Amino acid sequence: MTKENTTITWDTFSEGLWRENPVFVMLLGMCPVLAVTNSAINALAMGLATTFVLLASGTLISLLRHNIPKQVRIATYIVIIATFVTIVDYAIQAISLDLYNALGAFIQLIVVNCMILGRAEAYASRNRPLKAVVNGIGMGIGFTFALLCLGVVREILGAGTLFGVDLFGPRFEPWVVMLLPPGGFLVLGAWLLLFEWIKQRKERADLETAAETR
Amino acid sequence: MSTPEAQALPPATPAAKMIRTLMGIAMLSGFLVVLTYQLTKPIIAENQRRAIEAAVFEVIPNSGIRRDFVINDQGLTPVTEENPAEGILIYAGYNQQGELKGIAAKAAAQGYADMIHILYGYDPSCECIRGMKVLKLAETPGLGDKIITDANFVANFEALDARLSADGTTLANEIVTVKAGSKQNPWEIDAISGATISSKAVGKAINQSAKQLLPDLLPHLQQLKQPPELPQQNEVADD
Repeated sequence: MTKENTTITWDTFSEGLWRENPVFVMLLGMCPVLAVTNSAINALAMGLATTFVLLASGTLISLLRHNIPKQVRIATYIVIIATFVTIVDYAIQAISLDLYNALGAFIQLIVVNCMILGRAEAYASRNRPLKAVVNGIGMGIGFTFALLCLGVVREILGAGTLFGVDLFGPRFEPWVVMLLPPGGFLVLGAWLLLFEWIKQRKERADLETAAETR
Repeated sequence: MSTPEAQALPPATPAAKMIRTLMGIAMLSGFLVVLTYQLTKPIIAENQRRAIEAAVFEVIPNSGIRRDFVINDQGLTPVTEENPAEGILIYAGYNQQGELKGIAAKAAAQGYADMIHILYGYDPSCECIRGMKVLKLAETPGLGDKIITDANFVANFEALDARLSADGTTLANEIVTVKAGSKQNPWEIDAISGATISSKAVGKAINQSAKQLLPDLLPHLQQLKQPPELPQQNEVADD
């Protein structure tokens, strides 16, 4: 095993927020991103549940990383992830049955969110627990943020509410398609466009300043 | 996802180590899952009980006490969590003075996307349906789910006629869903335009359930009318 880089920097945390945002940059875990973001509260709950699983599984995998033989690592990761997903499943049922019914099968499907397995394989299994935790929090917040971006827009346009609070009064005609699957793709596309535009503008500005200082 | 070095030279790990690791992880997982299950079980059961209770009180106006019964070949049996029985489950709702205000039962029918599960409340004093609540649906948001929010549609269930026929074996009039705005008789349900399939499913669910349940239920009405503080007295007959 190569020597680990153990220093924790701001980048360890922030790469999940922006530079390697799991949704807007890496396009991972698209199933929950498109499916449960039809309201802000669903998006928030899904984001937090995923963050918990990401964090807990990352910590455990990082702790056990020297004891897991390479040949069985994927099976081990899946069992660990499935364990925490089951825990989240029970916890949400205990917190609110309404929320549980709204999220439906997507709680159980966190198991197959490739972002979590991806982080386990690419990060948690190669870094110290503390570093894996910091990175996991960053990734989780990035994922939750992205889900909220979609959920807020879709709920406002599709139902005229935000977190269940009526925004426009009875005169507002909801744009129902936004709550349906096509709305998920439309809003995701719009956000990707916006983020790519910001990124390119920043790169161009960086190039210009570099050229000026030369 | 795997790096080239991992594929090139797999170190010879003894099978025993792999088995040990997998067993260890599996045991740890089992422990964590069982622990969570045990911790959350009473809370989840309480949540479910409260959800059912809230729904029952919503479909039976003026009720505040609930007792569960099942109807089967032996007649009417009170059930509790410790004392379950097989049969059709019904919820009797009483007011604080112990008067029977109505009976709630579950029903389901195929909607547009999936089964629509509802709870409806029957009031024996007017022989009508007094309330309907959707328990579970997967209908299109903004269209089919109007059966929950549409005020005109919900008003159909304030006094929906469910009288029995003269011989008491079926409903006097089948409960039917009719085209939006064409309701003429008290046993008809006005559909929501744009959500006809979902509206019809609700009507069908109530009709099927009421047709089967009410003829079995009404002979036991006197037994149900006993004050809920003394539900155990009813048990004499079935032992």
